[in-house]
Amino acid sequence: MSAILQIEGLVKRFGGLTATDHVTLDVREGEIHALIGPNGAGKSTLINQLCGELVSDEGTIRLAGTDVTQRPETDRIGMGLGRTFQIASLLQESTVRENVGLAVQAHVGHNMRLFDRRMARRDVWTEADAMIAESGLHGRGDTLVSDLSHGEKKQLELIMALAGNPRLLLLDEPMAGLGQFESQRMIEQLGALRGKFSMLLVEHDMDAVYALADRISVLVYGRVIMTGTAEEIRESAEVREAYLGAEEDV
Amino acid sequence: MKHLLSAAVLLALFIALPFIADAVGQSSLMILGARMLTYAIAAASLNLILGYGGMVSFGHAAFFGVGAYVVGILAYHAGGDPLLGFIPGTNQMLITLPVAMIVSGLVALVIGALSLRTGGVQFIMITLAFAQMLFFFFVSLTAYGGDDGLIISRTNALFGLNMRNRMTLYFVTLVIAVLFFLVLWRIVHSSFGGILAGLRQNERRMSAMGIPAYRYKLVAFVLSGMGVGLAGALEANLLRFASPDMMHWIKSGDLIIMIILGGVGTFFGPIIGAAAFMLLEFYLAGWTEHWPLILGAILLVVVLGTKGGIGGLISRLTGGRT
Repeated sequence: MSAILQIEGLVKRFGGLTATDHVTLDVREGEIHALIGPNGAGKSTLINQLCGELVSDEGTIRLAGTDVTQRPETDRIGMGLGRTFQIASLLQESTVRENVGLAVQAHVGHNMRLFDRRMARRDVWTEADAMIAESGLHGRGDTLVSDLSHGEKKQLELIMALAGNPRLLLLDEPMAGLGQFESQRMIEQLGALRGKFSMLLVEHDMDAVYALADRISVLVYGRVIMTGTAEEIRESAEVREAYLGAEEDV
Repeated sequence: MKHLLSAAVLLALFIALPFIADAVGQSSLMILGARMLTYAIAAASLNLILGYGGMVSFGHAAFFGVGAYVVGILAYHAGGDPLLGFIPGTNQMLITLPVAMIVSGLVALVIGALSLRTGGVQFIMITLAFAQMLFFFFVSLTAYGGDDGLIISRTNALFGLNMRNRMTLYFVTLVIAVLFFLVLWRIVHSSFGGILAGLRQNERRMSAMGIPAYRYKLVAFVLSGMGVGLAGALEANLLRFASPDMMHWIKSGDLIIMIILGGVGTFFGPIIGAAAFMLLEFYLAGWTEHWPLILGAILLVVVLGTKGGIGGLISRLTGGRT
């Protein structure tokens, strides 16, 4: 199976702190690859390096075989990268429909048109309405984002990321702050997307990780200490020692 | 439908104004009305980036002055030596207004290209600095009047109309303003306008959707500069005068006050704000030289008491959502 994402020796330093320390891993086509690690391990820094928000100090990032290390975020998005944020990052003053519509429009293009009628663009709104109808936000299209619950905002994050039709989706703690029911629904939704594109899933919720991940990489103090299947990770003494302490189960 | 009604009411008021002025024997009200329209154009242009795009420029008066000086300098060279030895002067409005917009747009391109690499307070200060640089440049430009400004001997010509007639000049200004607001309406409600509104709300999210924020903000900045340049060119025609004061930072502040008075990020707010500001200035200045003090107090009341400016207040009183 070929790799959609190849990371080699990726480093990010903030002054004297090395947030990611020669990280090397790959995400295969169609794979759900989980990235776990304790708080401060460098997971979110790595996500921000991958999407281009942070410039890497060393190493290379290849997306579908192309070196994108020096490319800006917008180029990477154009090549099929999508992302969600740990803390939902949405257009708070707009409705759900407007958010999704803008995400679809950004993907479809013709964004520099100065004199068209945006609300009359069928290529945008038909797609946006269909995405909302198929999601957990069905019937909430006209609701202002600021009036959504935390779980609904996480749902909207996912829909907006999917609107970009990604080849690789970076999911930064999609279960964070969700209740049991909402987490389960998110797991089912992500599971239903398996095989349609690749996912790099950063997550603390180990039930979600074990339920979804084909492979898991463990990041500790900015370094990948192990990559393997859920079974291999579970049984690794090294992971147990480094991640949670020897007495606890991973 | 509500927007159409608002537009119809405003248009009816502006059409009626010169006839009312004529009836009460105060033809100066016509010039005041025409200046309301030019400042409405300027404030609405600034509102495109400030209200819709979230970019607080404190130097937009620069484009106002540039637009005015384009009219003044072209008129100065009309029938005389060409500008820079090869650009002929003219007093034809069909040429001066587009040239004023193009030159203002080019100046905005340079200022925007540099200042949009910053954000927040730095952006405010850099736009202010550029405007002040242009202000002092024109102060030192003695060939075109320097500090005293440049007198324009006659209003630009258009289709053989008698532009000395105040009513004619007023309606020419009104027609241009209507055309301007029709174009602005299309821009605000276009695909580009949607992206601009998204950038104001959450630039990080828009970048994550593949939108190159800088490029869109720069286009908006240039369009905004062109609109303010148009307003400056009209003002120069109304006053038959171009002066460095037109690009002073106080003028930039006036434009921001007009937007806040009328309603930030609303389509009709800058029109209402410009009209309110000009009326207050007209009547308060005739009453006391300390009129800015009263204006400041009114601004405080509007900001603290209306939640969305006069436009927002009107909208709520008529049962709409702000």
